[in-house]
Amino acid sequence: MIAIIDYKAGNLKSVERALKKLGFPCRITRNKNEILEAERVVFPGVGAAGKAMEDLVEIGVDGAIREVFRSGKPILGICLGAQVVLGWSEENETKCLGLIQGRVVRFPEGIASPGGEPCKIPHMGWNGIALKRTHPVVEGITPADEFYFVHSYYPLPEEKERIIAVTEYGMEFPSVIGFRNLIAMQFHPEKSGTAGLRILRNFCAWDGRHAE
Amino acid sequence: MLSKRIIPCLDVRDGKTTKGIRFKENVDIGDPVDMARFYYEQGADEIVFYDITASSDRRDIMIDVVRRVAEEIFIPFSVGGGIRTIEDMRAVLLAGAEKVSVNSAAVLNPGLISEGARAFGNQCIVLGMDVKQVEVSSQIPSGYEVVIDGGRTYMGMDALQWAKEAEALGAGEICLNSIDTDGTQKGYEMTITPLISGSVGIPVIASGGAGNIDHIYDVLTQGKADAALVASIVHYETYGIANIKEELDRRGVKVRMKW
Repeated sequence: MIAIIDYKAGNLKSVERALKKLGFPCRITRNKNEILEAERVVFPGVGAAGKAMEDLVEIGVDGAIREVFRSGKPILGICLGAQVVLGWSEENETKCLGLIQGRVVRFPEGIASPGGEPCKIPHMGWNGIALKRTHPVVEGITPADEFYFVHSYYPLPEEKERIIAVTEYGMEFPSVIGFRNLIAMQFHPEKSGTAGLRILRNFCAWDGRHAE
Repeated sequence: MLSKRIIPCLDVRDGKTTKGIRFKENVDIGDPVDMARFYYEQGADEIVFYDITASSDRRDIMIDVVRRVAEEIFIPFSVGGGIRTIEDMRAVLLAGAEKVSVNSAAVLNPGLISEGARAFGNQCIVLGMDVKQVEVSSQIPSGYEVVIDGGRTYMGMDALQWAKEAEALGAGEICLNSIDTDGTQKGYEMTITPLISGSVGIPVIASGGAGNIDHIYDVLTQGKADAALVASIVHYETYGIANIKEELDRRGVKVRMKW
């Protein structure tokens, strides 16, 4: 069973639907025992960091996430779920979970495409990823694959070894990060067509180990 | 680098699509779920459903369509038409749509945009706006006026001003439809589209007038649009989505080429 952590953060059902389509049993839950007993955990999210951290603490699942991280079971962070795993977010100046050292920052004003077109914020739409290192969860992903993004902030790990892939949007930013049994992506694999479904399938087959 | 999006638009009445002929193979031309899957497999980057059901007590049919679409396609899709309240928005989003689009209801009550953005996030709220070219005046400095009721009612609002105001209220995206070009297949509106897209910080989807690939190319380049809405041009199989994207790619427009 895969636990999809429920903390009022929207888009839970689309993750559930995608996993079910792939044939993986999953459940949306905020029950601590259920999260701890799950074979793997998905940590989704849309919205603002400040509200998300408040809700995580209020519902009381922040501790469960830390415990799953310590246990070595695979965890997948999606979108906002890929941001609040860092130490601190510029958005609402929020202290976050700190599973990966680093912070979450906003796209700077005035960035532009190589053709000179101003980059609008949020970064919304389809974009590619360039792999910086191999990881079982991004196996089979090529430069031609694109993913659906909607965000104004991005994760910036302190150590560059934590960056698995980067994306170009007027600048290069980390779009997939990982540490130990945690992998986190800024885009929405559940809304990214076959390439996204491939990542979800890879995640469901991953044992949580990764040679660094 | 961010891709320009190609977005087919499906009109749905009482749970059935109203356009779309000559589909081959196993596609039920009247079934929005089947058509959505068809476009998803063809490489659509997003899908827009526009509910034109007249009677509001039949809105549950659309919610059921949304639910079934969400089980079948794994790209974002939005639903517009008849969204008048936060509760209407909530029903559509809970059923699985990524975004909701508000048009005349937002013109009559701009607070709907800010309330929706607060409740669900800016990225969920698309402002659909219908515009018509008029004489430039002090009230309409851009020369394009906001209209509702399919273009029958002029609202005395400047299109550019309304786009900026909607952004400030929290709209995450604008779908700009020109009543003058809509249905003509003679090309998108190329004056107000780049003006609005260049003046707001949120993405603009151009709508109305696509008749061939040149039109789509033009609006995504000189027209500065972030995405192009397509309807008749794909529904009547003049072009497939894949052909459109291949041609745009060949001409150097960045589009998603693998799906």
